[in-house]
Amino acid sequence: MQEASAPQAQQGHHGPPEGFIRKYVFSLDHKVIGKQYYALALVAVFIGMILSWLMRYHLIYPNGKIFGLEFLSKVGAPGGVMTPEYYLSLMTMHGTLMVFFVLTNAPFAAFGNYFLPIQIGAEDMAFPRFNMMSFWVTFVAFLVLMTAFFIPDGPPISGWTAYAPLSAVGPDAGPGQGWGQNLWGISIALFCVGSLLGSLNFIATTLDLRAKGMTLMRMPLSTWAWFITACISLLAFAVLLPACLLLVLDRMAGTSFFIPAGLVVSDRLQAHAGGSPLLWQHLFWFFGHPEVYIAILPAMGIVSHILVNSIRRPLLSAKVIIYSMMSIGFLSYMVWGHHMFVSGMNPFSSLMFSFPTLTITIPATVMTLIWLGSLYGARIRFTSASLFALGFISMFVSGGVSGFFLAQPSIDIYLHATYFVVGHFHMVMGVAAIFAVFAGTYFWFPKMTGRMMSEGLGKVHFWITFVGTYCIFMPFHYLGLAGNVRRYSSFVDDFLLPLMPVHRFITIAALITGAAQFIFLYNLIYSRFRGKVAPVNPWEATSLEWTIPSPPPWNNFGDRHPIVYHDPHQYGVKGSLGDYVMQDSPEKIENES
Amino acid sequence: MGKFFAVVLTIIALVSAVPIVRHTWWMPPDISTHGHAIDEQLTDTMAEAGFSFLAAQLLLAFFVWKFSERKDSGPIKSLPGGAKGLVIAALILVGTEMLALGVLGQKAWASVYFTPASPNALHVQAQAGQFAFYFRYPGADGKFGGLHPDKIDEGNQNYFGLDPANEVEARDDIVTGELAIPANREVLLLMHSKDVGHSFYVPELRMQQDFVPGLDLSVHFTATKVGRYEIVCTQLCGLGHYNMKAYLNVMAQDDFEKWLKQKASEQ
Repeated sequence: MQEASAPQAQQGHHGPPEGFIRKYVFSLDHKVIGKQYYALALVAVFIGMILSWLMRYHLIYPNGKIFGLEFLSKVGAPGGVMTPEYYLSLMTMHGTLMVFFVLTNAPFAAFGNYFLPIQIGAEDMAFPRFNMMSFWVTFVAFLVLMTAFFIPDGPPISGWTAYAPLSAVGPDAGPGQGWGQNLWGISIALFCVGSLLGSLNFIATTLDLRAKGMTLMRMPLSTWAWFITACISLLAFAVLLPACLLLVLDRMAGTSFFIPAGLVVSDRLQAHAGGSPLLWQHLFWFFGHPEVYIAILPAMGIVSHILVNSIRRPLLSAKVIIYSMMSIGFLSYMVWGHHMFVSGMNPFSSLMFSFPTLTITIPATVMTLIWLGSLYGARIRFTSASLFALGFISMFVSGGVSGFFLAQPSIDIYLHATYFVVGHFHMVMGVAAIFAVFAGTYFWFPKMTGRMMSEGLGKVHFWITFVGTYCIFMPFHYLGLAGNVRRYSSFVDDFLLPLMPVHRFITIAALITGAAQFIFLYNLIYSRFRGKVAPVNPWEATSLEWTIPSPPPWNNFGDRHPIVYHDPHQYGVKGSLGDYVMQDSPEKIENES
Repeated sequence: MGKFFAVVLTIIALVSAVPIVRHTWWMPPDISTHGHAIDEQLTDTMAEAGFSFLAAQLLLAFFVWKFSERKDSGPIKSLPGGAKGLVIAALILVGTEMLALGVLGQKAWASVYFTPASPNALHVQAQAGQFAFYFRYPGADGKFGGLHPDKIDEGNQNYFGLDPANEVEARDDIVTGELAIPANREVLLLMHSKDVGHSFYVPELRMQQDFVPGLDLSVHFTATKVGRYEIVCTQLCGLGHYNMKAYLNVMAQDDFEKWLKQKASEQ
């Protein structure tokens, strides 16, 4: 493999930051930008979690008063009692915040920005100005989205998927479908721009700025995951951006991309013609399916990276993990129609989409088997980080197997739009991917802040979250098998009433598990200021981020240009001075592959 | 810590399997002619998914129990067969499994979507709109009158926008709020939406199909058991989505004909 030349081009790319604004606000430093993304994701996840509490509470007490809700929206919750439309608004914001501002931001933009340059031995990203722009555009997108809470008509009610024509015809379709939906469309369009800039940066940096000796195959698995994710992200967001613009045009400029003729909405004949609701679905899911892999691939990379360190031995094959991630990225573009099996799309297309969907099981299974097989003969160290990494494997399996059902159109006839689907995607995204973010946080916090998090609190956090999320989301599958339809603000149908005890159990589990996340938040904030001072390499890890101070200086490696001699999997190495050899150590290793 | 993890995970995996094995919360009995193929497919998939789930979780638990950090520093063992063995096993086992599910499953799909309705199926039209379903029978002339969105007048119960004044075919159309059908006779349900996306879902019938504005879609099915079943909307359509439903009333042939006559007289 061709070695990258030392990044001399980047010397003096930008000098050390001066002044508060340059250091902490409009920073060109990828580490600050990574932390900014993390902070944004943290705010978004707590808002999203509170929204989920409000939703779960309303589902079991549809006429219940929620103290204070009337201050958030007089119209949406008069006297504190949530209206059906406000439930849908909260649900839409929950999904939008979680998928975009948490799951795309945290594992990918936050950790990727912080650690990709360091892990490849670079001083910064290839385009620091693009990088700064990508964060601030994303931040503005967040503010635009949040504005929807404070306008009179409230946030949109069409779900994070915003299907047309409900999302396209305007205020006739219902509350929140006026400016709320416009703000959604503008926010997501801005988010796309931020993501495109970020992805360009990741790709250019990985290809061009690797240190001497850092061949592609010597990159840590987390870097590989960020790189592959950036590649699929470029094409995916490039399709969502025009889709959102077309939606906004339908709503504000009288076009009819997604609206056919002859619709009578709220007794008004809509003045549109010629558009196709299915076109929105195709454009959205062409983005939407790769998007969920954009959420999970960095998680897989982070978990692999932490697992190798925690089990003190190499994975059975890092190359297989890399090729599996590439296959998943490639296949992710061929399966979008599995969200549309009963959508009215040509049923032959449904069959055609189901085959690659089933095929994606293969690389996912290969990765799971490699992780499991690597545990054989290992010496597992249990830290908060490694517990969440092991928990990820369990959650990924649980979330993945429900995919076997949903990949088949015939079974999807029954399970589509039920809680089975909601259980599936929450387990893989809402639990597994978040576990990877927790693992990454506990693992990298010492490097980012120079202090250790409390392991005691971390373990309590893990156990409550591990058991709690199973208690919340496993029952979703049972509900789905019973036919429980999703996106209902309350359950009034005869066949749903017997399922209420299950819903009550879930709500209680959700509130308890949610409360435990404040242990994590407390740990994060307390340790930032009062945690034990961290050594340079507290986990005895091999990759380049552990060769620089905690926290790192502005240009990462100071005046050094690191030279890399090994891959990052040299653990349990016979003849080494410890049981591990760092990537930049000139020490020779017998039988190194 | 490792042993505790293994025990907790094992308990979680086994407890999760119980409601599945015991069918505590499960699909209602199938009342359709095509549904048994779907149910069989689901049961087969459940066996494979259940096995994969339990095998993976229990293997994870076992390995975590056995390979926690120990005091000795003997040589690192590796899984016999290494990565190559696993990749080949995965490709063959999972590949065959997925191929089997895909190939077998397409028969159930084909029976719903690739076989045309029989020529003497009962034609019923369904219209979905915020937030109700309405149904229309063609009446004695066997023909449906035209649909005119500009003539829709819910206040006067003209849900479909019919024009009986100017169209002969529309005069004997029978419009109802419930879908009554005779048992053991194929029904061709012609579906269109008045406003936004909706969906037709009857769990017992093993039937779900979206209404897409601008598209004339249809499904056909035969119900085999007399009874009253809920039709619910499953495509988010606005604030009343949770409450948007109708009833599928499967009747004996005579009862159906009586019902239809009764409805015709009420038009």
